[in-house]
Amino acid sequence: MTLHVTSPQFKDNAHRALQDEQLQKAMGNVRQGFIDKRAVVAAKLPEFEALRDSARDIKNHALAHLDLYLEQYESKVTAAGGHVHWARTAEEARGAILDICRRVGARTVTKGKSMISEEIELNTALEAAGIRPVETDLGEYIIQLRGEIPSHIIAPAVHLNATQVESDFRRVHTHLDPARDLSQPVQLLTEARGVLRDRFLAADVGITGANFLIAETGTSVIVTNEGNGDLTQTMPKVHIVIASLEKIVPTLEDVSQILRVLARSATGQEMSVYTTFSTGPRRPQDVDGPEEYHVVILDNGRSSMLGTAFQDMLRCIRCGACMNHCPVYHAVGGHAYGWVYPGPMGAVLSPSLIGVDKAGHLPNASTFCGRCESVCPVRIPLPKLMRHWRDREFERHLQPATLRTGIGSWGFFARRPRLYRLATSVAMRGLALLGRNKGRFTSLPLAGGWTDYRDFPAPQGATFQDQWKSRKAEGRR
Amino acid sequence: MPLTARPQRPRVGLFVTCLVDLMRPSVGFAAVKLLEDAGCVVEVPRQTCCGQPAFNSGDRDTARALAEQAIAAFSSFDYVVAPSGSCAGQIKAHYPELFAGDPNIARKADALAAKTYELVSFLVDVMGVTEVEARFDGTVTYHDSCSGLRELNVKRQPRQLLATVKGLTLTEMKENEVCCGFGGTFAVKYGEISNSIVEKKTEAISASGAHTVLAGDLGCLMNMAGKLSREGKPIAVRHVAEVLAGMTDEPPIGAPDQRER
Ligand code: SF4
Repeated sequence: MTLHVTSPQFKDNAHRALQDEQLQKAMGNVRQGFIDKRAVVAAKLPEFEALRDSARDIKNHALAHLDLYLEQYESKVTAAGGHVHWARTAEEARGAILDICRRVGARTVTKGKSMISEEIELNTALEAAGIRPVETDLGEYIIQLRGEIPSHIIAPAVHLNATQVESDFRRVHTHLDPARDLSQPVQLLTEARGVLRDRFLAADVGITGANFLIAETGTSVIVTNEGNGDLTQTMPKVHIVIASLEKIVPTLEDVSQILRVLARSATGQEMSVYTTFSTGPRRPQDVDGPEEYHVVILDNGRSSMLGTAFQDMLRCIRCGACMNHCPVYHAVGGHAYGWVYPGPMGAVLSPSLIGVDKAGHLPNASTFCGRCESVCPVRIPLPKLMRHWRDREFERHLQPATLRTGIGSWGFFARRPRLYRLATSVAMRGLALLGRNKGRFTSLPLAGGWTDYRDFPAPQGATFQDQWKSRKAEGRR
Repeated sequence: MPLTARPQRPRVGLFVTCLVDLMRPSVGFAAVKLLEDAGCVVEVPRQTCCGQPAFNSGDRDTARALAEQAIAAFSSFDYVVAPSGSCAGQIKAHYPELFAGDPNIARKADALAAKTYELVSFLVDVMGVTEVEARFDGTVTYHDSCSGLRELNVKRQPRQLLATVKGLTLTEMKENEVCCGFGGTFAVKYGEISNSIVEKKTEAISASGAHTVLAGDLGCLMNMAGKLSREGKPIAVRHVAEVLAGMTDEPPIGAPDQRER
């Protein structure tokens, strides 16, 4: 199975996104929705900044002792009657899940929201095996109807407007009254709920992601706002958790610390509506729960980030704040990034997982404004890590030749101050003469990326260093 | 640094920045005036560029060579001041990182970083300047350039000094902390995306009703000026130092020179 990756076409994707009026309108909502809400709840909590420090420290500690905590986690899961499956690759993870589904004769699988499922393209694999995957998170459900991938890690359908969703529902839910009113978002929600209720009852297996795996108890934790995760994991006979290995956290206490920054950073809520802890299958005294409990733990390239500068990225708790605050993400939306992880976190993570040769544009398409780092709840230095990718691309000559020669010849002069002064003083006087009447240029050779869209201000004339030197000389005379 | 710990008349090396040097020397002279008025002795050693374009393009060798050049040129001053949050940020936040594996140079890089400042925050935080002698009639709005804001905490200082400029009213634009889309080579490499970002910025600027937009970084200013003029919006663009120094005779950035010659 080949991955569906369009990251190498990032520029074309971005071009299309910028022409897409519907998308641009939807992205306006991201700008307004998430940012103010986060700012308000963060300001209300005096210890918010200190909590970010401790979230960072907890994750760093867990990563430093990852092997130990994973072993502890496995033994706790096993003790609780569950099974842990280790998957080095996406293929192994799909294989483990398909084996379980086939063994229990699954025909329908309900799914809670999981980015790992997107990463391993699980739905395609299930469908190929004749098993029907049903997404139960509203956003995921919508994009599944449309055959799309999420455009945001916590709000998968954020690129859509309500009218687009309405027309999808009318197209797919043909058993319902065509004359029904769907003009309000809550009506869309109610309709999806109704449709999904039957699916929950029919499901043989429920698959969820995990926000955390707790080593001391063998517990997996999910946070949701719709309660769909609970129904997904308690109704069917079999519950499969799919998570990547860096989701591990040592203790319950650690999780409760991190939860205090997660929802605040993500949606501006103090807590998500549902925070669900699951440990093993149903016990005799339990009122509900699955008969089988499995956890598939995915590596897929992450362990190779350990011990490198990119280890910091493994702290990510997938809150989405970095993309909510990213001007590039606001401009082009999530799909332009060309794979499952968009925005600043994707710009760092995707090259690790699918290769910098494919995802090379992503760490370059950043202004380094630093707003992502300033809101990241676990203080990941995202711009610095993007720059590390640029270093590697430079070393491997993966960047466009024009940039290399540009930086190269500019660097040649900048390293030779005398020559630099000579060359620049001639060039600036020339440019100033040319541009004086208008004060700007409407086109310049080699700078089409600039002048296609905006004017280039003309320089004033003699350079500062030239003028300073003559002033000093006059002063001495 | 506490105000008492600094020399009476500190020797300041002006890191003029390559953009100001080449494009808009008047900003450099405004910086000199502000520093001298604050009691500094200003010198301008021979210089080129802080190396940020190379650093951000992954060309660490060139970035290091330029950093070493700047370290050599500026180490002897009490302070190094740049009329740019971006270049000052490069020295303060990134030079130490560039030499982390090289203890000899790292020591010098750290020392330089510790005494390097962005112009306006230096005036307020180190020199204790509380007001300026300047007049500028009209309504202005201020864009917080990213590096100054997030790497160096430049936010309140320019507003504090602008409030003492006679005739000037500051009206804040919406989203004044959002990037203008410049990003150095980004503006050329990803021109179309950069354009979409700066469009939102010029929209916010014109919605503020101000007739002049100010900022502390020439890169952002040229980006905003270029977009405003392409859109035909008659809003003047200036570096904040020009206004604080009362040196606004030069035409605004990107505007024609209509003076008699
Ligand atoms: S990188 Fe930080 S801000 Fe972005 S999703 Fe991960 S935790 Fe959230």
